[in-house]
Amino acid sequence: MDIDVKKIANLSRIRLTDNEAKELAPQLSSIMGYIDKLSEVNTDGVPPTAHPHDVAMPQRADVVTNADRRDALQQPAPRTESGLYVVPKVIE
Amino acid sequence: MPFSTLTDIQAKLNAGETTAVQVAQTYLDRIATYNDDLNAFVHIDPKNVLAQAEASDAYRKEHGARPLEGLPIAVKDIFCTQNGPTRCCSNILEGFEAPYDAHVITRLREAGAVLVGKTNMDEFAMGSSSETSAFGGVQNPWNTDCIPGGSSGGSAAAVAAALTPAALGTDTGGSIRQPASLTGLVGLKPTYGRVSRRGIIAFASSLDQAGPMTRTVKDAALLTSIMSGHDAGDATSVADAPSFDWLAACEAKDMKGLRIGKPKEYFIDGMDEEVRTQVETALKKCQDLGAEIVDISLPHTEYAVAAYYVIAPSEASTNLSRYDAVRFGHRCDNPEDLEDMYARSRDEGFGSEVKRRILTGTFALSSGYYDAYYLKAQQVRTLISQDFKAAFEQVDIIATPTSPIPAFKSGEKTDDPLTMYLSDIFTIAVNLAGLPGLSQPCGFAQDLPVGLQWIAPAWQEDKILAAASAYESATDWHNQYPKGFGGES
Repeated sequence: MDIDVKKIANLSRIRLTDNEAKELAPQLSSIMGYIDKLSEVNTDGVPPTAHPHDVAMPQRADVVTNADRRDALQQPAPRTESGLYVVPKVIE
Repeated sequence: MPFSTLTDIQAKLNAGETTAVQVAQTYLDRIATYNDDLNAFVHIDPKNVLAQAEASDAYRKEHGARPLEGLPIAVKDIFCTQNGPTRCCSNILEGFEAPYDAHVITRLREAGAVLVGKTNMDEFAMGSSSETSAFGGVQNPWNTDCIPGGSSGGSAAAVAAALTPAALGTDTGGSIRQPASLTGLVGLKPTYGRVSRRGIIAFASSLDQAGPMTRTVKDAALLTSIMSGHDAGDATSVADAPSFDWLAACEAKDMKGLRIGKPKEYFIDGMDEEVRTQVETALKKCQDLGAEIVDISLPHTEYAVAAYYVIAPSEASTNLSRYDAVRFGHRCDNPEDLEDMYARSRDEGFGSEVKRRILTGTFALSSGYYDAYYLKAQQVRTLISQDFKAAFEQVDIIATPTSPIPAFKSGEKTDDPLTMYLSDIFTIAVNLAGLPGLSQPCGFAQDLPVGLQWIAPAWQEDKILAAASAYESATDWHNQYPKGFGGES
C-alpha cells in the first residue's frame, strides 16, 4: 500500500525530515499491510465496540468542583505572561 | 531480606523487628549497587524516600499501621507524582513536574506506602521490550543481554532483582503481564474500569489499566485492593464495581471443581517449544490440584493484534495531540509561526516508535479510511469480546501462555516494528475485551522465566487470585531469584 507519509505527518503536526519520511514509508506500509488482515473477517451487522463494558456514562451535578490552581497548572508551560500562555503571533 | 515479599516485610514491621527507615535504606542501597547494571530506575530521590519512611514510622507509632504502612513501592514513570519529574520516558516531557498526584498514587500514599522512585519504560508505554525509552533500554536481571519485556520493563527488572519488593505498571496490550512473564514475576491487569486512570499519562484510553508487579499473588492482591475503587475524576472508573475480599481470595490451596479453558489458538505453531512444554506441565499440575481442563476455541484470536494496532494508535494519535508545546512539554527554539512550533516541537520531542504510532493512528482515522480501519477494528473487537463471553459459558477461567517466547536479546527486534508487535499476541485480546488477566511464573525456557496467564470474566479477579494462589502454593517458581544480585545464600 502507498501511504503519503508527508501528508499524514502534516495532519499529525509532526515535521519529518526527508530521511525520516523515507524510513517510515515502508514500515507504515508493512504495518497497514498486516492490518488489512481485518478485511477477512465478516462483520456484517456486528455493532462496533464503544466501551469495553455494557455501562452507561456516569453523570454528576453541573457544579464547579475544582479549585483555582492556575499558577500550579501553568508552572510546566514553556512560556506564560500575566497568567496567559504565550505562543507565536497567529493574526497579523 | 532483599528478596522478601510485601507480606513478609509487613509482618516484620508489625512485629517491631524492623522499621520503615531500615527497609527503605536496604532498598536504596541495593538500587545504588545494582541500578547501573539494569537501568531499571530513571529517577531516585533518596532524601525524599527516607523522609516518607520516617513519616511512616511516626504514623505507626501514633496511630497504628495503615494497610501498606512503610512498604516500599516503585512507580512506573507514566504515573504523575508531585515533587519530582514525570517524563513517561520521553524527551517531550523534559523538565515536566506534575502539578498533582495520580489517583492511584494518592491511594498508595494514604495507605502508608513509601514510593521509592520512578521506573524506566518504553516511551509513552509504546513497546514490548523497554528499548524505546529516552533514558535507554532496561536489562533483564535473568540475563542482562536480554530485554525485560515492556512497556513496564523498569518495574519488572526492579522487582525481579529486588531493588524494590513491588512496583506499579500499566497495561494497554500486555505491558504488565508480558514483562512479569519475562522476569518471573506476578503481574495483574485488573478489569477495565476498576482502577482510576486519572493522572496516568494516557496512551489508549479504552485499553489502559494500572496494576501491580510483585513476587507473589497475595502481594498483587494486597496492592490492587488499595489501588482500585471509584474515582469521579475518571469517567470510565466504574462506580459500583463488584468487589470481594482480595486477601481471602488468595487462601485457596486447591482447584477442586474449577473448569479451566485451554484455547487452542494460544498453543500455536511457531511458539517456543520449551514455553509450550512448561505451560502444558503447569496445566497438568492444575489437574492434580482438582481442576478440569476443557479444550475451547476463541476463533477471532488471530485478528486481535491487527485490531489492536488500529485502535491503540488511533487513540494514541488523539491523546498525544495534547503535546502542542503550549501548556507543557518541549518547545522548539525560535518557532517561525504556530504551525512551525507544533510540528518542529513534536518532531524533536517524540521518539521514532511514538511517531510511528501517531502516524498509523492518524492514517487509520483519516478521511476515506475510517470505515475500513477504525470502524472495522471496533467491530472485530466486539467479536473478540463475544468469543470470551461464549467461552465463559463453558468454563470458569482460561489459562494460556503469557508470551509465546521467553525474553529475547536486546536489539534483536528493534529494526522490525511488526515483529515486535507480534510479541503481544497472547495478551492483547484481554485488553480489547476489558477483562482481568494475571501472569505468574511457571518454569523456565532457555534458563529464562516463563509465564502462565489466567483470564477471567469481567470483575472476577477473585477467581484468578484463587487459581493462581493454589498453583503458587503447590509450586516453587515464585521463590527463584536471578543470580548476581545478592540473593545467593
